Amino acid sequence: MALDNETVHNIARLARIEIDPSEVSQTRSALENILELVAQMEAVDTTGIEPMTHPFDATMRLRADAVTEANQRDKFQAIAPKAEGGLYLVPKVID
Amino acid sequence: MFTWDKRWEVVIGLEVHTQLQTKSKIFSGSSIAYGAEPNTQASAVDIALPGVLPVMNLEAARLAVKFGLAIGAHINKRNVFARKNYFYPDLPKGYQISQMELPIVGLGSLEIETDDGIKTIGITRAHLEEDAGKSLHEDFHGQTGIDLNRAGTPLLEIVSEPDMRSPAEAVAYLRKLHSLVRYIEICDGNMQEGSFRCDANVSVRPRGQEELGTRTELKNINSFRFVERAMEYEIERQIDILEDGGSITQETRLYDSDKHETRSMRSKEEAHDYRYFPDPDLPPMVLEDSFLDEVRATLPELPTAKKERFQSEFGLSLDDAQMLTADRETADFFETITKSTKAESKVVANWMSGELFANLNKSELELSESPISTSQFALLLDRIADKTLSGNTAKKVFSALWEKEGEVDEIIEAKGLKQITDTGAIEAVVDEVIAACSEQVQQFKDGNEKVIGFLVGQVMQKSRGKANPQMANEMLRKKLS
Repeated sequence: MALDNETVHNIARLARIEIDPSEVSQTRSALENILELVAQMEAVDTTGIEPMTHPFDATMRLRADAVTEANQRDKFQAIAPKAEGGLYLVPKVID
Repeated sequence: MFTWDKRWEVVIGLEVHTQLQTKSKIFSGSSIAYGAEPNTQASAVDIALPGVLPVMNLEAARLAVKFGLAIGAHINKRNVFARKNYFYPDLPKGYQISQMELPIVGLGSLEIETDDGIKTIGITRAHLEEDAGKSLHEDFHGQTGIDLNRAGTPLLEIVSEPDMRSPAEAVAYLRKLHSLVRYIEICDGNMQEGSFRCDANVSVRPRGQEELGTRTELKNINSFRFVERAMEYEIERQIDILEDGGSITQETRLYDSDKHETRSMRSKEEAHDYRYFPDPDLPPMVLEDSFLDEVRATLPELPTAKKERFQSEFGLSLDDAQMLTADRETADFFETITKSTKAESKVVANWMSGELFANLNKSELELSESPISTSQFALLLDRIADKTLSGNTAKKVFSALWEKEGEVDEIIEAKGLKQITDTGAIEAVVDEVIAACSEQVQQFKDGNEKVIGFLVGQVMQKSRGKANPQMANEMLRKKLS
């Protein structure tokens, strides 16, 4: 499956991955290889096979509803780039 | 009532986020109590430190199933969590754990009362997900503050079909849903604290057209009043554009209640590309039939069943039954009073919808905050039933109770409100009225039935409201016949 450069840029932007202009064609062919693999898999006849969401046959473990966590704010904020008044500070975001 | 050009048909679907009433978060053991100091209820899982794993809260699953059963929905006994990917600082993992293809609750429905009778609104699905944190945009030296206490709070997102055809219907649905989640005790319904939040998808199309028009999404409209107004504004805006030959842009809009307008929030074309995929950290949730049965056994009587029972058991009108079952507190209050008073159910209903609710509304109080206790309210109705009080004197006692001037019998005594049921005493007043109102007496004798009301009124006035009006009426008729 062929991708254009614009699609590559778009995917990169959605994933917040920076791609150097010199890497675009290399990234594009890597992505195309993955899509090629998907296309091959799609060609397999899967009639009667239930779609799988997870590779293992495991089912979820559920926990009882109880508060088990203590406040560790000081420890967490000690390794945060910026914190003030109990809040984490990040570059200004406006909707 | 709001109307628009009848050539246009309005189509509304609602997405409601209800915060589930658990103690801890959906995937961690942090408390979800409201109002804590910032980030003191945000654990390593909630702030997404590397290496942590989510573990699902059983109670959140139980509450979601409870909702599904209450709306007669299909429960997906095998359901799957997915990652919804987007970047925002109050979402530290870079994705929200939600459900996409296999939500816990499948297709169900809810009945609403409209001006044209009962209407069934489809509920497409309800899925479990985690809430995000809060961004505080006040100025922190040009930066944004992040509080992650809310991150990971369990939500059930309830998605309706685009089945509503007016803002009024949408509000009726929203109220019904709000009442239901509180009835079955899965959500406290507190809109101020954000426990019950609504997004509305609104579009219009020429009447008769099958295909849906382009919709806009109204975000976070958090009171019943604003929901209706926001939708009304948006419908008018869309119709204006279409009538001028323009087209609607699919976008998210915010309602500004001060200016009464909606405005574009951001183009979500790109942001909407969430690239969902099954969350590898969480294998499928599998629910046993025995678990479903267990949850089913905890369901209380649902509003519709209660409304029907109130009509048959207490002989109430549809309107009264509806009013009394609108929420569980009101229904429980009614049943408590009815059980403990000698007054008829209809009298209880009238006094609740009349004096009690009027005063609560005026003082902006909830039923649970009423200054009049259930026992005193029941006693007041007893005194009407045993004819100590008339309707009018009972209102005076009610006001005194409201002002906390004492207990029912004390107030009756102190204010001298005991109804006169002594035949001799009433007869004296009746004779006095007959003597003073010869003109009206003659009119009555000439066949003017209505005048009796005036004459009874005179008796009541002269007895300062204390004569039993029924006895006065009977005595007047006897003497004038």
